[in-house]
Amino acid sequence: MATNPPVLPKLVGQRIKRREDPRLIQGRGTYVDDVKIAGMLHMAFKRSDIAHGRIRAIDTSAAAAMPGVEAVFTGADIATFMKPMPIGTPFPSPDHHAVAIDTVRYAGEPVAVVVASDRYLARDAADAIVVDYDPLPAVVDLDQAMTGQPTVIHAAFPNNFAVPLVPGGTGVSADGKTVDDSAVEAAFAAAEVVISQRMVNQRLVPNAMEPRGVVAHWEPGKEMLTIWSSTQNPHILKSMVSGMHGLGEHQVRAIAPEVGGGFGAKINIYAEEYVAAGISKQLGMPLKWIEDRSEAFVATTHGRDILCHIDLAAKRDGTLLGMKMRLIADIGAYNMLLTAAIPTLTMLMATATYRIPAVRVLLSEVFTNKTPTDAYRGAGRPEATYFVERALDMLARELGMDPADLRRKNFIPKDAFPYQTPMGAVYDSGDYEKALDAALQASDWGGLKKQRDAARAEGRLVGLGLSMYVEVCGIGPSSTLPMGGWEHASVAIERDGRISATTGASPHGQGNETTFAQMLADQFGVPLEHVTILHGDTGVVKQGVGTFGSRSQAVGGAALHLAGRKVKAKMAKFAAHLLEAAEEDLVFENGTIHVAGVPAAKLPFQTVAAFAYVPVPLPNGVDEPGLTADAYFEPTNNTYPFGCHISMIEIDRETGEPKLLKLVAVDDAGHLINPLIVEGQIHGGLAQGIGQAMLEEAVYNEDGQLVTGSFMDYAMPRATDFPRFELSATVTPTPVNPLGAKGVGEAGTLGSTPCIVSAAVDALSGLGVKHIDMALRPEKLWRLIQGGQA
Amino acid sequence: VIPTAFEYERATSLDDAIAKLAAAAGSGKVVAGGHSLIPLMKLRLSEPQRLVDIARIPELRGIREADGRVVIGATTTHHEVATSALLQDRCPVLAEAASTIGDQQVRNRGTVGGSLAHADPSADYPAVMLALEAELELAGPQGRRVVKAQDFFQDLFTVDLGTGEVITAVRFTPVRSAGYAKLYQRASHYAIVGVAAALTVSGGTIASACVGLTGASSHARRLTHVEQALAGRPASAETVQTAAALAPDDVGDVNEDVHASAEYRRAMVGVFARRALEAALARL
Repeated sequence: MATNPPVLPKLVGQRIKRREDPRLIQGRGTYVDDVKIAGMLHMAFKRSDIAHGRIRAIDTSAAAAMPGVEAVFTGADIATFMKPMPIGTPFPSPDHHAVAIDTVRYAGEPVAVVVASDRYLARDAADAIVVDYDPLPAVVDLDQAMTGQPTVIHAAFPNNFAVPLVPGGTGVSADGKTVDDSAVEAAFAAAEVVISQRMVNQRLVPNAMEPRGVVAHWEPGKEMLTIWSSTQNPHILKSMVSGMHGLGEHQVRAIAPEVGGGFGAKINIYAEEYVAAGISKQLGMPLKWIEDRSEAFVATTHGRDILCHIDLAAKRDGTLLGMKMRLIADIGAYNMLLTAAIPTLTMLMATATYRIPAVRVLLSEVFTNKTPTDAYRGAGRPEATYFVERALDMLARELGMDPADLRRKNFIPKDAFPYQTPMGAVYDSGDYEKALDAALQASDWGGLKKQRDAARAEGRLVGLGLSMYVEVCGIGPSSTLPMGGWEHASVAIERDGRISATTGASPHGQGNETTFAQMLADQFGVPLEHVTILHGDTGVVKQGVGTFGSRSQAVGGAALHLAGRKVKAKMAKFAAHLLEAAEEDLVFENGTIHVAGVPAAKLPFQTVAAFAYVPVPLPNGVDEPGLTADAYFEPTNNTYPFGCHISMIEIDRETGEPKLLKLVAVDDAGHLINPLIVEGQIHGGLAQGIGQAMLEEAVYNEDGQLVTGSFMDYAMPRATDFPRFELSATVTPTPVNPLGAKGVGEAGTLGSTPCIVSAAVDALSGLGVKHIDMALRPEKLWRLIQGGQA
Repeated sequence: VIPTAFEYERATSLDDAIAKLAAAAGSGKVVAGGHSLIPLMKLRLSEPQRLVDIARIPELRGIREADGRVVIGATTTHHEVATSALLQDRCPVLAEAASTIGDQQVRNRGTVGGSLAHADPSADYPAVMLALEAELELAGPQGRRVVKAQDFFQDLFTVDLGTGEVITAVRFTPVRSAGYAKLYQRASHYAIVGVAAALTVSGGTIASACVGLTGASSHARRLTHVEQALAGRPASAETVQTAAALAPDDVGDVNEDVHASAEYRRAMVGVFARRALEAALARL
């Protein structure tokens, strides 16, 4: 007898359009600036217009006298109710007041706060504040900064070292206190070829489409603070704000409504968030602050900005013997939440996809009079990838080897996983050769080389680049993250059989409302439309860590899967009772629960749900009514997704203008819940990786002023800058979570950047060019073509 | 990006606009597309107390041809210029230059008159107006007058436009054999260097040449030595190459900024002069 064919397809693995998009692209989302509360006041910050100086005096009288201005606070006023801001890393850190008290250390640092009845007035009043500075010389250049010249920014940090020296790699003891260089020295002594290069991974401005914003509402009658913020991690915000203001965590509710992009820059808990909460509590009034674009360029953390001196030791057959990396990060004027930790990720990933027998990495972090840095899409890993892949490219050129062959020769083999690297990482799973082969095939590498050579024969400057990458994602377990490396989820089957679930991951562009609903719909055999994913509100989502480090699917998705499993097990007990069957024989399918092999013995899903809330009688073996469950997922390890990117570039011989002709990306993120969303994530990552390679650059002048401080001068990548991206995937599941998913949010920024720079170097290799620092500005390339300096 | 307080009025006719500007007594500014002025106001680099909006005055908008001359109303948008069938046929250089301005959103709002009045040293239109020997029609409290493009652009953001005066239109004799070539500033899409060249050729000989340059110096200017090296010579690639080689020395002081050094800009003047001339030759 034929059984009914399934009506509901399995959704995991399907290319389902994001459920979030219709409301977002029609302007129906609710962002922080859409939050309005009766009586709400508006805040504006007076910011330092110099990079370094002592505050002699602040005259707030004109501002305070303006009609509509409710209050003006200087740094000293703020300090009466706020201590310096905490950081989230174990490194020593200078006091960092939310509003400067006596010294400003970067242009854009807050010096006073105005509270007024509307936003325009608040801004006018901020302009009316007069600050008298005693200017100090600005430290802008990294090499100068390390000599303590022309000044030391924080007295307790000699020669501007925030982190003087952290050693890593072969022969470093677990506590980092003893360093045995003999293996590294032996590797270089035995080398037949050595590559040495200074490389800069330049400073970038994250530029989320939605700048930051906060609404803080202290309700004196309730003694409760509600804070809305454009943040990636409302639960961390709740903990940090309650700690700052002497409140219990039970008195603070943090809400991340729609968040228009974070890219790592909205992990940090910022001065404006603490100040808004503090002033709301002082005044007993709701307050709003919305960052304007000019502020966002200087007041939101920057990304990258790390210098590397790299040396590779190899045999002439391409076998890598050793590597030395001297990393010096320019972290700007202060330590923020994760600032000091970001370059340690560069260190962790220094050996990339390769077996390198002897490695020495030395890391320093240096203060300068610039906007502080923190996480930016990829956060430390694109830097490592860039340095290693560029150096390997130089080695391949030196040896006359195909860059693919050189990589293949040095890969960690696929049977070596889990693989302990000399840097202390344990790579979970990998098959690098498979990704390389897939990319060579997808790009027709041999054919591309012929095309390149034919173009060169016509006198055109065409080049090819190839890059591997491996990154550390799915950030957890708790030993790797001070705020905890787990994620939390809950699943509730409502009385009508609909499903409401919560996740502590706080998506802001990752599409988890869709992917998580796909998972639950499959788990329970119900339509996608019957599932809602709630997130971003600590009043609704009991616990959480947040979305960063490509962790929302790998850690948050896994937690949701576990919560769903718990509810399903309980629901099976109710169904088993009603169907007079064994729990293990039940099948959840097509909106029904039926007994395997007995299609007639079935009940609608919602009938069982309704019974669970009015269980008369309560079935044997069931202790309580209801269908809800919580779960935490703590992974056993990070995940290590990987891939291979290939690009082709042409440089205009007369003008130096580069044009990206081709970009092929093969990414392995393990199991994919929704390939369409994965591709969207990769597109975004590629856009930012290409932006870094070709266009973006935070340029400071010697006075410490950000010269590229607006979209008129800071070149963001646009669709017209890209070729059609050619994407494909290999699938190497991770064993560290039940989904086998690794995370993909940052991947695009890793492989694209070095493969584009290598392509540009290849294009100019006939002119003797060996390396080009980013960004690939036309004039820079033109000078190389003219035979000027590299 | 929050401007200081200002008043806003929409003018219903040209006379109304002139009267409203006069009433503002020097503290008013004309706004049409707002794509030059409003960004400056948001940065508080410009703080007018009153804006007089001329965008909806019918007589100031549109592209028409009369007596062999093309007249473009001041509030015609870049998009309308870029997609005008008349211009694409009779004077493609202008449609082409308009299509390189900013991005589609900018082109949908920004206007010809606004760009010319603002006179950004890197704007695209000024080079083309010089190459076409265009005339600007102005109206003000003292009546109407006409200024040649060559005399209009005086210095950095400085033009021959009196207080209370409004650009009403720009007019020129269309030239088909003209081209525009531009080195993009990659953030703003303004021109680091932009060259427009218009050639009149008779019997294989260049009768006259007009070459306008933008982006390289304080204001748009003509490359007169290049023009002289073209006139009377055969309309050939060789002529163009020889003449364009004179362009870098035809500029005087050259701008320098984070996007391009003076040396690079000067070198690019030669490259883009040749490319503009080649584009003009290709349209013969």
